[in-house]
Amino acid sequence: MGDWDTFDYDVIVIGAGGAGLRAAIESAERGCKTALVCKSLLGKAHTVMAEGGCAAAIGNVDERDNWQTHFADTMRGGQYLNNWRMAEHHAKEAPDRVRELESWGALFDRTKDGRIMQRNFGGHKYPRLAHVGDRTGLEMIRTLQDHAIHQTIEVHMEVTCLKLLKDGERVSGVVAYERERGRFRVFKGKAIVLATGGFGRAFRITSNSWEYTGDGQSMAYHAGAELKDMEFVQFHPTGMVWPPSVRGILVTEGVRGEGGVLRNSEGKRFMFDDIPPLYKHQTADNEEEGFRYTQGDKEARRPPELLTRDHVARKIMKEVREGRASPHGGVFLDIAWIKDRVPGGAEHIKKKLPAMHHQFKELAEVDITEVPMEVGPTTHYAMGGVSVDGDTQMTNVPGLFAAGEVAAGLHGANRLGGNSLSDLLVFGRLAGEHAAKFAGETSSGSVDEADIKQAFADALAPFERESEENAYMIQKELQGKMQDLVGIVRKEDEMKEAIAVIDQLQGRSAKVGVDGNRDYNNGWHTALDLLNLMTVSEAVARSALDRKESRGAHFRDDFPQKEEAEANHNTYIKKGPDGEMQLSRKEKEPLRDELEKIIAEEQK
Amino acid sequence: MSKTVTFRITRGTGEKTELVDYQTEVGEGMVVLDAVHQIQAESAPDLAVRWNCKAGKCGSCSAEVNGMPRLMCMTRLGEINLDEPVTIEPMRTFPLIKDLVTDVSWNYEVKKRIKKMKPRKPDNEDGSWLMDQEDVERPQEFRKCIECFLCQNVCHVLRDHKLHAEFAGPRHFVYAAQLEMNPIDTADRLEDLKGPDGIGYCNITKCCTKVCPEHITITDNAIIPLKERVVDKFYDPIGKLFRVFSSRDS
Repeated sequence: MGDWDTFDYDVIVIGAGGAGLRAAIESAERGCKTALVCKSLLGKAHTVMAEGGCAAAIGNVDERDNWQTHFADTMRGGQYLNNWRMAEHHAKEAPDRVRELESWGALFDRTKDGRIMQRNFGGHKYPRLAHVGDRTGLEMIRTLQDHAIHQTIEVHMEVTCLKLLKDGERVSGVVAYERERGRFRVFKGKAIVLATGGFGRAFRITSNSWEYTGDGQSMAYHAGAELKDMEFVQFHPTGMVWPPSVRGILVTEGVRGEGGVLRNSEGKRFMFDDIPPLYKHQTADNEEEGFRYTQGDKEARRPPELLTRDHVARKIMKEVREGRASPHGGVFLDIAWIKDRVPGGAEHIKKKLPAMHHQFKELAEVDITEVPMEVGPTTHYAMGGVSVDGDTQMTNVPGLFAAGEVAAGLHGANRLGGNSLSDLLVFGRLAGEHAAKFAGETSSGSVDEADIKQAFADALAPFERESEENAYMIQKELQGKMQDLVGIVRKEDEMKEAIAVIDQLQGRSAKVGVDGNRDYNNGWHTALDLLNLMTVSEAVARSALDRKESRGAHFRDDFPQKEEAEANHNTYIKKGPDGEMQLSRKEKEPLRDELEKIIAEEQK
Repeated sequence: MSKTVTFRITRGTGEKTELVDYQTEVGEGMVVLDAVHQIQAESAPDLAVRWNCKAGKCGSCSAEVNGMPRLMCMTRLGEINLDEPVTIEPMRTFPLIKDLVTDVSWNYEVKKRIKKMKPRKPDNEDGSWLMDQEDVERPQEFRKCIECFLCQNVCHVLRDHKLHAEFAGPRHFVYAAQLEMNPIDTADRLEDLKGPDGIGYCNITKCCTKVCPEHITITDNAIIPLKERVVDKFYDPIGKLFRVFSSRDS
């Protein structure tokens, strides 16, 4: 030990998905000495998994679309718990961010007259998602990556950050280790942007990759930043359910956008049964109209399969629980049925959904142009995260910024599909801009050597211990408990149990020992991720326990309705003076009049 | 289907490696990466493997399974003979870091030297361009690439002849091809392709195309058209004369 390499930057961006790359590009363009530190190789971050598209009110397919409608859709989808300032920035700036990608080499699918094609998605009033088949995330991350490598950005690949360093109140750096040889690094920086994504690995069934262990949320929390809206975890309605080893892998909402329908074991389109009042006027009441909508008929209303994700996920769970499940415990998602109704038949499906066709063929030996898929809910996205200022993306810790999934605010209680990729671009850029400004106005803070030594000693402690506990097993237990006790349907006693279990597992994590040495040691890495997973899991459970209603993605069996009394606050989590987790409620900031009017207008 | 299977996995760093046998119980629908994870959790916690999405989208878990270059996450155990030990080795063309993890950083260096996108003036006032679907489809095929580097791994110019310093490899020809075929790009990469990128070394044996998990027709659709463009520009005497005269006129 005792040994580390030190680096000095203006701006350090942690995470290299869409938000991190966009933030780093912005910071570098503004002349800051910028580092991009990522847990994996460049271009492998979770953004790569996004399928359906990037929402932006460009109005290429339906000229009635504009930022006001996008704003209102986003707020309605989020059940009005969104940070409205962020929702406004997002709706206004997304079109420019998408167009900018084309100048950097992205090639979106086109309309007949050669403009960027847009597709329908749940909760969006008009076709709004710019896309490339069903691999839009890959297109986006590659475009950003290929642009970023020509900027003056220093990339640290396969380097995992452990702990933020502070100088008084402000952030001054971060300590990290590189995977290859397990050597330590200290990054000093005037400003730090967290762009580390979500924490889906806290659950058993998830569409998220191994990296998603809540590192950013946890590091921010332990550095004194506030977390917000942690009770809102999105369970995507359609993940694969069979075979067991692929359970949770995402099946894009684009399948439903292209005309795919959900049926239960009795062959019934159960989504027509229960349409929420907020959406009644814009949802089709018969199968024919719904189909016409997916094929571009502007007079038709959307099919109920394209209601918001929280609603569709719960409806699927209901079918399963009431005994109308498919053979492997999901429901049927059928796109094959459109074959006889669209020109090109099976070829049309393959062209619109190539990745889905490939995925089911290779992993489940199912040809989706012939037979229905089996799908069920999967942990997908964290609406909650680090609380940030809506105009600058700075947290309550000076110099510490957050953008993308790690940050809270834009999506409120539930995120609309397609709003994530645009989130990354808009707020990645905004965070990069304000981090650069902050760095320009301040001098370097100092880092405390004792802090650094302590962080490294903690990281190496598992090597010193006898292997009483196995990191993989503890992680697995946590995932199982979170899935069962703080999953799609929640109850008070179960969440209390979860908090007790997390406490116990935290104790056991302290006894984890690791074998081998520091060279690319996955066991050690897993052990180090545990602290983060525990922290975010506890925050989710405590926040969920406190919200005594059902709203958006948060569903309580013991409080199944939306409650007026719960409608006006967000939940905040903060580390207390003795290291305990503190929860508080804060009133929402009232909307600006102009925005209030837009929402009222759109509800007509 | 549940049975105990032997996996023979490369362990070690640098030049010092050995194949070690691990046994684990496999079930229906499992892929090779599942077996590796199970072995990690049960008996080899420090076994090094690189992976991310486990859905064939990120291209991290490239390896050689029974000698075949594959993504571990997309290789179902059901398609392998499980009565014999299943061998899992790292990609051979890149330096070994540890166990199944190789140092692929050379690829990132090569990519940096390929000229970046240089768009023509936008067609519309809002900064956007008009492009036909038909024209974007060609480069879109190449943009499916997930950078798993399996094509680089099997290319004999790199694997056997080790011409890393003079040859960019199939991945980067696909990368250059999508830029060259981007309807709004104006940069010229042909001189580099002929020179430092060494496209002439490729003798179109199509090994890269065969292993591509995204089924990109690397050789036919990317490399051969690029070779043709290089030939047209540098070796076609009539075209050369034509260019000399037309540039005088302008």
